[in-house]
Amino acid sequence: MVYLPMPEASEAEIMDHRHQATTTSRELPMARSMCWHCQSEVTGEYLCGQCVKVQPLSKDLDYFACFQLPRLLNIDEQELEKTFYELSRTFHPDFYSTKDESEKAISLGNSAFLNAAYRTLQDPIQRAEYLIRLEAGAVKDIRSNPPADLFEEVLDLQENLETFRQLAPNGASSDLEALREKLQDKRERLEKRQAKMEESLQSKFKEWDQLQERTLLPGEAREEKNTVLRGMQEILSNRTYVRNMVNDLLETTG
Amino acid sequence: MSRIVGIDLGTTNSLVAFMDQEGPHVIPGPDGQTTVPSIVGLTDNGLIVGDPAKAHLMRDPSRTIYSVKRFMGKGLDDVKDELKYFPYHLHEKNGVIRIEVGGKTYSPPQVSAMILKELKRRAEEYLKEDVSKAVITVPAYFNDSQRQATKDAGMIAGLEVLRIINEPTAASLAYGLQKKTQGLIAIYDLGGGTFDLSILKLKDGIFEVLSTNGDSHLGGDDFDQRLVDVMVDDILQTQGVKVGGDPELMQALRLEAEQVKVRLSDETQTKAEIEIPNGTYEKVWTRESMETLVMDLVERTLAPCRHALKDAGLTVSQIDEVVLVGGSTRMPLVWRKVEELFGKKPHSELNPDEVVALGAAVQADILGGHTKDLLLLDVTPLSLGIETMGGVMSALIRRNTTIPTSAKEMFTTYVDGQTSVDIHILQGERELVKDNRSLARFQLKLPPLPAGVPRVEVNFLIDANGILHVTARDIRTGDAQSVQVKPSHGLTDDEVEGMIRDSFQFAAEDIKARQIIEARNEANAIIVATEKALVRATNLINDKEIEGIRRILQQLSEVNEGDDHRVIRTKIAEVEKVTHHLAEVLMDATLKEALESKKLSDVIK
Repeated sequence: MVYLPMPEASEAEIMDHRHQATTTSRELPMARSMCWHCQSEVTGEYLCGQCVKVQPLSKDLDYFACFQLPRLLNIDEQELEKTFYELSRTFHPDFYSTKDESEKAISLGNSAFLNAAYRTLQDPIQRAEYLIRLEAGAVKDIRSNPPADLFEEVLDLQENLETFRQLAPNGASSDLEALREKLQDKRERLEKRQAKMEESLQSKFKEWDQLQERTLLPGEAREEKNTVLRGMQEILSNRTYVRNMVNDLLETTG
Repeated sequence: MSRIVGIDLGTTNSLVAFMDQEGPHVIPGPDGQTTVPSIVGLTDNGLIVGDPAKAHLMRDPSRTIYSVKRFMGKGLDDVKDELKYFPYHLHEKNGVIRIEVGGKTYSPPQVSAMILKELKRRAEEYLKEDVSKAVITVPAYFNDSQRQATKDAGMIAGLEVLRIINEPTAASLAYGLQKKTQGLIAIYDLGGGTFDLSILKLKDGIFEVLSTNGDSHLGGDDFDQRLVDVMVDDILQTQGVKVGGDPELMQALRLEAEQVKVRLSDETQTKAEIEIPNGTYEKVWTRESMETLVMDLVERTLAPCRHALKDAGLTVSQIDEVVLVGGSTRMPLVWRKVEELFGKKPHSELNPDEVVALGAAVQADILGGHTKDLLLLDVTPLSLGIETMGGVMSALIRRNTTIPTSAKEMFTTYVDGQTSVDIHILQGERELVKDNRSLARFQLKLPPLPAGVPRVEVNFLIDANGILHVTARDIRTGDAQSVQVKPSHGLTDDEVEGMIRDSFQFAAEDIKARQIIEARNEANAIIVATEKALVRATNLINDKEIEGIRRILQQLSEVNEGDDHRVIRTKIAEVEKVTHHLAEVLMDATLKEALESKKLSDVIK
């Protein structure tokens, strides 16, 4: 059976259906400006200033805003962890075990969102994929098929792997060993290619961050930004193909 | 608020612990023992649990249930390979294993509930207050059905289970609290029936689980079984006795194998001795011979260790400390293998049998709002997904995702007027549906509209217990939809309710069984004490009196074999009456001795 490895849907995509999130505020926006419990005004805090009840996170909140981070791709991971731990201490259900059902439910929802946000932002690749989707409006026209050269390589590799799988159960043979060597060699080349892609991704990240830092308004330098995002998206999807091939090779030939 | 206890509900032993200002403590029984064997015996007078049931195991194996944890959340198919090892009969109803003993049928959560009740009672006696809330530990690698079954067991036992917590994580809490450890630690937890490996980052009071892996069907029980298999063959070869047809002998052999294994942790050689129909069977075991026999089982634990490291994105050299948990880690072979893999000496400063219960007590204290500086961030051990076209599982939540966590999926229709979609929830890491664990099924109701128009969003939420909750919402109308999830291997709510009712009925039987055990223990203590006194008093009372006392003691021994605690109590009272004079004489003698050997002021003081 020949199959094509498809790019995996990232977890962020599954987790987040709020593609039109627009917030850029450094303040943490909450679902309501009024406390759900005592109706007093709540201003960008997790807990009501009057009755100290936990407040549900806003439906419009994106992962960057949740961590009070600007939409940059190089982030201080130590800081990220620190904020994650602080927010966990605020939201985790363990601290609401003795509270009423409404507070328990809010704590559960907030925690689940926080955990998804941390998982996504923690990983540079998922972080970039998430950012692209947040800024999605402009980058819809991105091709999702691999370029011709990669496509051929995928097909060729699948054939070789299939032969290997057929030979392997018959025990060691010179044919099998020759094929194993060939595949291992192939894997090394693919791994180098993946590393290169990650290097160029890194430079795209820098480009993006510089653009973000010198513009103040979301609409500013839109075209330039979209170009960077498209470039990033292309490398990301090609990288997924390469990585899937590497994983297939590792699994089959060891 | 009433106190919350921490419970380690183990395959072979269970414990209950609580926390006060000084820290967590395991609650001992009246005999000072902290562990309660996870064994339930059905006697003619009701249920017995723990040590008395262990004794019952040899007398009446077909009515004694052990290692029930292996059946929690399981169907018959899951355990068919090991059925031959269990002396009781199992069958399946609604996807749940049922255990048949003494003409009655119990589900695994019901049996676990009997153990939990014993622990509850032990805690109530010790703390002198009602105990109705608990944190219960489960192996980290337990799936949703197994966790749910554990929660059901708590409910049946009359406990509100505030949290299901993973055993290695619980151990890390106790360990981290005691040792003030920081950094990356690996917890290697090999218990009676399960193996877990968890990797955690400990930093400023946060216990963050990075990854977990394991085998929910590998533990000390399997080691014992290897020894048993060898001895069963040996007995047939050398003595011509078939152990297989003799459940009592099989259980005796199993308990002896366990003892041999335990002794070989301290000694390099030991002898197994067992009474068989035509004499005594003896076999010398060396540590080496046992290690050869179980080597592959210990090596089976290494692959999960490597997987967990890989998932955490770590190499062995980055791990700061390795901690051993669970009774089976007392084996020197386990030590060696763990040290070989991680390249560092493992720690086991805290009692490996107690550390999980202690950690559960710490978590209970956190939930009670007393401990505020510690927080556990755990993960889900297995990927959660749904069945898609072609029998393939599509993952919605990946393994090692920090919990609580949720995933949303949109569903629509393929044909006009279609009013429902069947959804099959799975857990596991394999590609195909059939290779993964079926958790539950439900039918999603859709409005009768043209194909593709209905949009129903289903939210899969894994809570902090690692248990799944499913909710659905019609995107077009914004209405919430009720979802009736039918577990593949779990009890329905109605069944659990029925079992809670039954448990009240069992309670009456339990009291009867307990009264007999208590009366017997008291009678035995009195017999021993009186015999001692008779020896001391040989020259102080006359022969006729001695003879009278001996006669009544003999009568007490006889009624003590019976099943009526009232008869035993009556006889105990008689013995007390007959020995009244003896006691007085001895008291006088003691006083006299004291006066002779000490100054008056010392005696009066």
